[in-house]
Amino acid sequence: MSEIRVSSQSLMRKPAKGPRDPYAVLRWTLLAMGAIVMVMPIVYMLSASIKYPFEMYDLNIIPTEPTFENYTYVLSDGRFLRWFGNSLLIATLTTISAVFFDALVGYALCKFTFRGRTFVFIAILSTLMIPTEMLVIPWYLMSKSLGWLDSYWGIMFPGVMTAFGTFLMKQFFETVPDDFLEAARIDGLNEFQIWWSVALPLVAPALSALAIFVFLGNWTAFLWPLIVTNSQELYTLPVGLTTFSVEQAVEWELIMTGAALATIPTLIVFLIFQRYIIRGVAMAGLKG
Amino acid sequence: MATVTLHNLVKAYGKAEVLHGINLEVADGEFVVFVGPSGCGKSTTLRIIAGLEDVTSGEVQIGGRTVNHLEPKDRDIAMVFQNYAIYPHMSVRKNIGFGLRTSSLSKPEREQRIEEVAAILSMTEYLDRKPAQLSGGQRQRVAIGRAMVRDPAVFLFDEPLSNLDAQLRSQMRLEIKKLHQRVGTTIIFVTHDQVEAMTMADRIVIMKDGHIQQIGTPAEVFHQPANIFVAQFIGAPSMNLMPGRAVAGGLEVGGTMIARETGRTGAMTVGIRPDDLCVTQDKGCFSGRITLLEPLGSETLVYVDIDGQEVVAHADGRNPPALGAVVQLTVDPANLHLFGADGEAIT
Ligand SMILES: Nc1ncnc2c1ncn2[C@@H]1O[C@H](COP(=O)(O)OP(=O)(O)OP(=O)(O)O)[C@@H](O)[C@H]1O
Ligand SMILES: [Mg+2]
Repeated sequence: MSEIRVSSQSLMRKPAKGPRDPYAVLRWTLLAMGAIVMVMPIVYMLSASIKYPFEMYDLNIIPTEPTFENYTYVLSDGRFLRWFGNSLLIATLTTISAVFFDALVGYALCKFTFRGRTFVFIAILSTLMIPTEMLVIPWYLMSKSLGWLDSYWGIMFPGVMTAFGTFLMKQFFETVPDDFLEAARIDGLNEFQIWWSVALPLVAPALSALAIFVFLGNWTAFLWPLIVTNSQELYTLPVGLTTFSVEQAVEWELIMTGAALATIPTLIVFLIFQRYIIRGVAMAGLKG
Repeated sequence: MATVTLHNLVKAYGKAEVLHGINLEVADGEFVVFVGPSGCGKSTTLRIIAGLEDVTSGEVQIGGRTVNHLEPKDRDIAMVFQNYAIYPHMSVRKNIGFGLRTSSLSKPEREQRIEEVAAILSMTEYLDRKPAQLSGGQRQRVAIGRAMVRDPAVFLFDEPLSNLDAQLRSQMRLEIKKLHQRVGTTIIFVTHDQVEAMTMADRIVIMKDGHIQQIGTPAEVFHQPANIFVAQFIGAPSMNLMPGRAVAGGLEVGGTMIARETGRTGAMTVGIRPDDLCVTQDKGCFSGRITLLEPLGSETLVYVDIDGQEVVAHADGRNPPALGAVVQLTVDPANLHLFGADGEAIT
């Protein structure tokens, strides 16, 4: 457990008092610059979402005539809500599935010795080295021959288990001492129960982190959903948003509004799981 | 409660054999301690009894029943591990109750059982705490509670005290011993600490390199060690060993002749416990120069160079001799331990 132990003190420590530290100015300046670079696109997105088209290409952050018409337009457009729902459904289901299977496979690879274990692990890892853009072709051929094109399952299947998550979970299970599992074995739990009620709670922080990664990845996925879907009703939000730009002229204010709305679930997911991460880390202080 | 019998136990990991035929009979209600240096196979033996490891050959019997092919949960044993293995996400109550999950007891019965165990371990007031809010000793008590709650036939302990500081360790040592007297369950306890072994055991099993060296009560292994290894392993500070030679009517050792009939002649190793070797004002058996003093309060350990060989002796704590002084050492010839060239004791 020691690897994932962070004392609660270091989490809560107040930053060093400014004037006493000669490097503080430099440090804070760098941090501020970084923050600005990160935050600017978001600020611009929010600003564009409350502009009228006429000043879309002006660089001013505060619109001369702020408006919420874009929001009412986007939200009253049935398509947007449909895509939003699609994305939510797909991202949620894939997250549950990926976290479940990644943890299951990672556990098996970590805690069981069996013939071909290394081979399986390397095979899983090697898929990490192939970019999505290249995987899309075999995925497509596969979906086509299995009749999965233009369906929810077609969008979801590549993500129901992830190589990265398997790797991450395997590494985290290494920090769970075998004593825990053996104690549970002696107490009469079967292997699945041991995994579920003993091993999983001990890696809860890793599960939360993985859930955030997987959810964000699926929420923002664009290329594969674009390729596998035809009908508008099945579009995910990122795919659907681009059609705002295709139908008439490019309507940036609507895209930006949609994008602003799209960040809400990711914020919620992050806020929920982040709490577990911190709590998990604080709880990990086992064995004095 | 049950007996435990190990019959010709052999364990190999791949080609490496780590246990080479272990034979042991543990009586019902006995407290047996496995002791030995690191890597000698203590944990492996214990884990085989628990069913966490398969045997390569041999037989394990618990309560007269061969359990080789039984799952750990069906062996009616409970085990306490070195790093407690209590679950950080569960309260003490849940941790202790964990062992009852698969039992047929009703809910109120379980609750009652948990309360009983907590009371025995004086943990009642901590039942609703999380492990993170407990001290090391309390956590180990929870681990013991988890084992006790199922009322197993045999308790297995694998170095349960090695994560505790010295004071807590001796306290827990006493508590486990009291617990044993109270519940009377058969206990097999693994440690590499010979003090723990001496103080707790009914019988000690001393192991080395996958072989049992000696099985006996603490007094037996201390006073009649079977070989040089046991003689040196048990007792602190270690037994002094000196080369000797038996001749007709006596024993030549450290440049002097000691009147001890050995019944044979030739080279042998002579062992003398530091406790048996005293600094004396009179004429002793040996004389030598003091190279180091270690005051312990009630006595002082004296390192003496006899004829080029350093031995440890003991002197009175109030009037210790001075460093560098030449002193006389005396030993009762009956207290000499004699070992043959093969390291086995000569009796
Ligand atoms: N899974 C394993 N694979 C291969 N060898 C092992 C395995 N487990 C233990 N061994 C070997 O078996 C021998 C006995 O190990 P064991 O854990 O029983 O020692 P121990 O007496 O408990 O030592 P310690 O006091 O250090 O706990 C050691 O040499 C160890 O290297
Ligand atoms: Mg061990």
